[in-house]
Amino acid sequence: MAATITPIDSERDRKRRLEDHDHGSGRRPPNDKNDKRTGGGDDGDNWNNRPQGRRGPREKLGRYRLAIFFALAGDLMFFIAIVSAFFVSQASGRYDAYNNYINQWLPTTVPPILWLNTATLIISSATIEIARRRMFQETHAMEEWLGIGKPTSKRAIPWLTATIVLGLLFLTGQWLAWNQLHLQRVFMRTNPSSHFFFLITGVHAVHLFLGIAALMAALIGLYRSRQLENRQILVDCSAWYWHSMGIFWLFLFTLLAFFQ
Amino acid sequence: MTPQPGTPISNPSAIIPKRARRVFTTDHHTIGIQYLILALVSVIIGTTLSLHMRIHLSWPQLNIERILPGSYLAIMTVHGTIMLFFVLTTAPQSGFGNLILPAQIGARRMALPLINALSFWLTALALVILCSSAFTDAGSPLSGWTAYPPLSAVASAGPGQGLGLDLWLFSIAIFGIAATMSSINTLVTIIRFRCEGMTWDRLPLTVWGWFTAALLSILAFSVLLAALVLLFCDRHAGTSFFIPTGNLVNGVIHSTSHPGNGSPLLWLHLFWFFGHPEVYIAILPGMGLTSMILANFSRRRVFAYRTMITTTLLIGLLGILVWGHHMFVAGLSPFATSAFSISSIAIAIPASAKVISWLATTWRSRPHYTTPMLFALGFVSLFITGGLTGPILAQPILDQYLHNTFFVVAHFHLIMAMSGIFGLFAATYYWFPLITATTTKPGRLMSEALGRWHFWTTLIGAYATFIPMHLTGLAGEPRHYSQLAGIPNAAGQLIANLRPLNSFITHAAIFLACAQIFFLVNLVKSLKNGAVAPQNPWHATTLEWHPSLATNSTVAASNEKIAVYRSPCEYMGPEPESFLTQWDTDSPIHSNRE
Ligand code: HEM
Ligand SMILES: [Cu+2]
Repeated sequence: MAATITPIDSERDRKRRLEDHDHGSGRRPPNDKNDKRTGGGDDGDNWNNRPQGRRGPREKLGRYRLAIFFALAGDLMFFIAIVSAFFVSQASGRYDAYNNYINQWLPTTVPPILWLNTATLIISSATIEIARRRMFQETHAMEEWLGIGKPTSKRAIPWLTATIVLGLLFLTGQWLAWNQLHLQRVFMRTNPSSHFFFLITGVHAVHLFLGIAALMAALIGLYRSRQLENRQILVDCSAWYWHSMGIFWLFLFTLLAFFQ
Repeated sequence: MTPQPGTPISNPSAIIPKRARRVFTTDHHTIGIQYLILALVSVIIGTTLSLHMRIHLSWPQLNIERILPGSYLAIMTVHGTIMLFFVLTTAPQSGFGNLILPAQIGARRMALPLINALSFWLTALALVILCSSAFTDAGSPLSGWTAYPPLSAVASAGPGQGLGLDLWLFSIAIFGIAATMSSINTLVTIIRFRCEGMTWDRLPLTVWGWFTAALLSILAFSVLLAALVLLFCDRHAGTSFFIPTGNLVNGVIHSTSHPGNGSPLLWLHLFWFFGHPEVYIAILPGMGLTSMILANFSRRRVFAYRTMITTTLLIGLLGILVWGHHMFVAGLSPFATSAFSISSIAIAIPASAKVISWLATTWRSRPHYTTPMLFALGFVSLFITGGLTGPILAQPILDQYLHNTFFVVAHFHLIMAMSGIFGLFAATYYWFPLITATTTKPGRLMSEALGRWHFWTTLIGAYATFIPMHLTGLAGEPRHYSQLAGIPNAAGQLIANLRPLNSFITHAAIFLACAQIFFLVNLVKSLKNGAVAPQNPWHATTLEWHPSLATNSTVAASNEKIAVYRSPCEYMGPEPESFLTQWDTDSPIHSNRE
């Protein structure tokens, strides 16, 4: 947070050591002895001599996190708008020619499988969190700085894969839920409540689909990217997105299950 | 993109070899220019369409649209959508935001270059989709930039309400996503990339304008996207979010296939929750620039700088709470109406505070009347004239009468369209050296003589076009009517009496459009042959003129330290040469402050 309030020295000063293949973009880990031991962030590091935005894994990460949080704030508004529409529609009726008040809202009973799906999504949040934390495991990050393989990625990949599988499972579950409703002859067009049931689960599924795409991108990144920094960002940002979709779902599910 | 080791690189774009790379670049300066070009193309399309409408209204016998009343509405829809979204939202926020914002906060680039490039290309795609609607069989949609249901929810409501409106929906959805991404980029840049010493209260007011507009964009466009999704479902998934029971369109009841009792009012709520902030997104950067330009050419501090920051944020906040003033005649409950009326009139308070600051900054200052200064003063003038009708319209009882008349058209064209455009002109004349400079070529200035001609003709044209619309509106001329002649009965007589005035308006509009030739000529001439600009041609204090941040700087991305030691606008007396830039270290007169 300190850096937010007073940006520190290094933007002013762009250090390059071309003879050492360091053109100032901060791609290479710090390479004096001191840094090798500290990995940055300590007294002896030279992060501060780097251009702004490249001062260390944390700074670039912080920037992307901030971006993803703003994006999620917008997304929150998206869902808030839909939920407001839900309550407005639920409460609105009309008077017919005989002065009878008519409200066509027939509560949709949520298919029980949604409970299972919800559980799946909660578990997937846990797996992605494990993957995320593994990307930041200090000793393993250290080993990477030293050039000993990619231990962080190796240990995160299984959990990331598990999350993708759980995500797909959730989507399949949602699809089953829609099918079950269809078998009960409840379609999106059936009545205002079912409009919202399908709409809400639908747009949430689209979001989750994008989340899975992001996780896959992160997975590819784990294999392809040689920079720890970028891999951390990929996993971290998709993880926050994933968590948020989980939390949004909990609210939306509560709405659908108990506020019909 | 990786620079070759060993090459002394000064500008990342210099090492990108291919021409394609230059078009699909992530360089913020190029993206800014691409946005401005997009806005320029859009404004030319939009202006042409508006002249079509005026000519059709005044001289229907010419029958220039050669077609049905529907095409008038289609032209109006595309005009409004293009102007509001693709001109007034992109150019100030993303165009000048990319060109100027990073340098003004002492950074050398934007925070998220890839997102930045992506958002530009999505915006371009959205524009193409919107324009492509004109080439479908039934043409562009008819329902205006506000797309009110139930007509917008039913494909048979008119030509263009089928495929045309679908294309409109896609276009605006893509545009909204792009605008959100661009705003995220702006916000992260401002929060994370300020140089040392650039504290929040030292940020130029332009940056505050961009910041607030970006916050509003994120909130507003998300809600718009939700509304678009609902409308799309109504059109294609058989839902009835917005379609009421017994919806009778063109003699056919349309709710039989749709259950439920949807409410068009719901769309109005969602749309205007977006729509009102949207108009502030269009104007806030211009407000900030006006403050800075007035101060610069008056050689005065911005009057009540901190209050100006506060009012910018306050306008943003209140802007979220007033959407209902667009719905006074739509059937809101009287309680809601009163609440929205009060909040709308309340927004006049920060707006007036801004006007007072502008006036106080220039008052008795002997300003230098350069072209940017003239346009900034024009902004103030138009903002006042247009703003005065705001509180009138914000009274439900008056709005009952005025809502669907040209009075509203006059209000928003003066306060938003004209003020916004004047802000853009001020920005272009002021920052032209920075727009034109490259690492190899110096920046150029636009011609002052042509600029002055442009200003005065545009100002006269703007007032001549839009002031009389108040009168025709008060006399009852409705908006969105393609034909004012040949209406029977007393109302028709009333409108017929307005024909001379309407013909005057049309002449004025043509004059206003022609006045822009001065601008275009100036633009083309100055791009190549304009006077070479000195380092800091306007003797400005803000960082975009810093020798190693300005675009033509050969030392860009050098090792030079960028740091800020003071607030903007430290002018010492009326002589242009005595001032302290934000990056000046020595502080002869203020050394004992703080
Ligand atoms: C003093 C502050 C303002 C007040 C009280 C105010 C009030 C209103 C009201 C009540 C309406 C609705 C009129 C109707 O449809 O019957 C309106 C319309 C409009 N206003 Fe303002 N306004 C203010 C400032 C602004 C500003 C600063 C902008 C833009 C920069 C703006 C842009 C618009 C637009 C675009 C419309 C018409 C939208 C449409 O129907 O297409 N207004 N204003
Ligand atoms: Cu408004």
